[in-house]
Amino acid sequence: MAIDAATVRKVARLARIAEPEDRLEPLAKELSGILNWIEQLNEVDTDGVEPMTSAVATSLPMREDVVTEGGDPARVLANAPKTAGGFFVVPKVVE
Amino acid sequence: MAELTSLTLKAALDGLNSKAFSSAELTQAHIEAVEAARALNAFVAETPERALEMARASDARRARGEAGPLDGAPLGIKDLFCTEGVASTAASKILDGFKPTYESTVTANLWRDGAVMLGKLNMDEFAMGSSNESSAYGPVVNPWRRQGSNSHLTPGGSSGGSAAAVAAELCLGATATDTGGSIRQPAAFTGTVGIKPTYGRCSRWGIVAFASSLDQAGPMARTVEDAAILLKSMAGHDPKDSTSLAVETPDFPSFVGKSVKGLRVGVPKEYRVDGMPAEIEALWRKGVEWLKDAGCEIVEVSLPNTRYALPAYYIIAPAEASSNLARYDGMRYGLRVDGRSLTDTYEKTRAEGFGTEVKRRILIGTYVLSAGYYDAYYLKALKVRRRISEDFEAAFGKVDALLTPTAPSAAFTLGENADDPVAMYLNDIFTVTVNLAGLPGMSLPAGLDAAGLPLGLQLIGRPLDEGTLFSLGGAIEKAADFRAKPQKWW
Repeated sequence: MAIDAATVRKVARLARIAEPEDRLEPLAKELSGILNWIEQLNEVDTDGVEPMTSAVATSLPMREDVVTEGGDPARVLANAPKTAGGFFVVPKVVE
Repeated sequence: MAELTSLTLKAALDGLNSKAFSSAELTQAHIEAVEAARALNAFVAETPERALEMARASDARRARGEAGPLDGAPLGIKDLFCTEGVASTAASKILDGFKPTYESTVTANLWRDGAVMLGKLNMDEFAMGSSNESSAYGPVVNPWRRQGSNSHLTPGGSSGGSAAAVAAELCLGATATDTGGSIRQPAAFTGTVGIKPTYGRCSRWGIVAFASSLDQAGPMARTVEDAAILLKSMAGHDPKDSTSLAVETPDFPSFVGKSVKGLRVGVPKEYRVDGMPAEIEALWRKGVEWLKDAGCEIVEVSLPNTRYALPAYYIIAPAEASSNLARYDGMRYGLRVDGRSLTDTYEKTRAEGFGTEVKRRILIGTYVLSAGYYDAYYLKALKVRRRISEDFEAAFGKVDALLTPTAPSAAFTLGENADDPVAMYLNDIFTVTVNLAGLPGMSLPAGLDAAGLPLGLQLIGRPLDEGTLFSLGGAIEKAADFRAKPQKWW
C-alpha cells in the first residue's frame, strides 16, 4: 500500500519525531517502497495459525514481590540532562 | 610484541597459564595494536588504563592460584553493552556521553571469569544496519580489501566493529549481538567465527534493546574453539531477564573436535537464491563434501516459507524497536533539545538524536502498530513467524542441523547499498530466519572468493543444541583449513 505525505506527518507525530515538511514526500516514497515489498506476506496462508509472540515456548517466571534494588537516587539521576534537589527536571506539562 | 596479538584465545590462555607471558604484556600488545589501527574506526572508546588495571589484577589472581577461565584475556565489547562508568552509546547521538551506573550481565560474566576490557566497539546505530554505515561515529572499515584494490569495504553489520577488531587482531575475541544476522553476516565478511546462541541462552539485561523478541548476544572470535570458550562464559540464567532460560550452560569447548559421524545435516533447497554468486554456491557444495567426508549424512530439506522471513522481520523488528526506543525522550538520560512545549522537546530531541535508518524503522514500526493496520501487518507477521518456526521444527524431525551460506555476497564497498534500504535488508536473507525461530546459528569462514575476500558458511541447530554446532563447526574448520588473513594496510 502506498502511503502519502499526510500519513507520514501523522506517523511522525505519533512517534514524536520532528520531520521537516520537505522530508515528508521523500519519506512517503521510501516507506511505500518498503511496505510494498512487505506486502508479499499476503501470499502466505495463515488461516487458523496462532500468532507467535515469543521466540521460545516458555512461561514467565514468578518472583517474590520484594524490593531488590533501590534507595540510590544519585545513581538513578547520574545521566539526567537536568536535575534539582534529587529530582528530574522536565519541561512544564500543565499550563 | 606483535606476535602476542596473533595468538588464538585458547593459545593465549595456555600461555598465561604456563607463565610464558603475563596478562599485562598480552594486554599492552593489544593496546598498541588498537592504537595503530584507528584507520579501521573499530573502537568508539578505548580504555587502555582500565585494561592495564584489569590485567595487573588478573596477574595477581593468577599468582595466587585463583585464575578464572578467561583470566587475563583482552576482549572488545560492542557498544550496545552497558559497561559501568564507561560510555555506552549504541553508536547513537541520542546516547552521547551516557555512562551507565550498572554493568550488563553478559559483560559482568566475562569480568567474573577474569577477562580484560580493551574498549567499546563501533556498530550500526542501535544495531540497525548491515554495513556499519548507520553509526553516529562513521562506518568501520573492513581490514580485508579486494586484491589490487584500495577501496574501503564494509565489515558488515551491525557488529562491524567487533568483526573488524577480531579479524585485524586488535583483541582475542569480542562480544556482539544478533537480531537478524548482526553477528553472522559480519563474521562472514571478515573471515571470523560468530555464533548467535538460542534465544534466552545469554541474558539481555543491560544490553540496549532493539527488538526484544529477537535480540541475542554472542561471541565473535578467530576459531570455533575460541567462540565456544567465550560463549560458555557469556551464557547462563539471569533472573533479571525474564526471557533468560533457566538451563545449565554446557561445557561448549568440549564439543569442538568431537566426532560428527552419523549426524544428519540438512541442506535447505530454498536457500538457493537468484543472483547469488556461483562462488558461494560452490563453497556450499564444498561444505557438504567436507561434512560427508567427516561421516555426516546429507539430507535435502525444505523450508517453504523462507522467502517470507525478511518481510516478516521488517514488520516485527521495527514494531518492537518503535516501542523500545520510545524511552529516548530526553528526560532521564541522553540528549535533550529544548523546545516550545513538552511535545516539541520530545520531537526535536528525537529528530536530532536519531539517525536516518533508526528514524525510518521507528516510522515503519509506528505505522504497522497504528490503529487500522495492526492486524494487516503486525498480526500477519506474527502468524508468518510461526509458519517459519514450524518449517524448522519439521526439518529438525529429519536432521540434526542445517548447513547454508551465511550471506548472499562477500563484503561490499562502503556506500554501495546506501540508497536502497530493501537491497541492504536482503543481506540478512539467510540469517534472519534463525532469529524469528529463536534457534542457534553459527557462521564460520570456509574460503575466499576470486577477489580474495572471505566467505562464510552457516550452521543452524535445534534449540539449545549449540554443542552440535560447535562439533560440526570444528569439522568444517578442520577441513576448510582457512588460514588467510587480511594484509595489513592500516
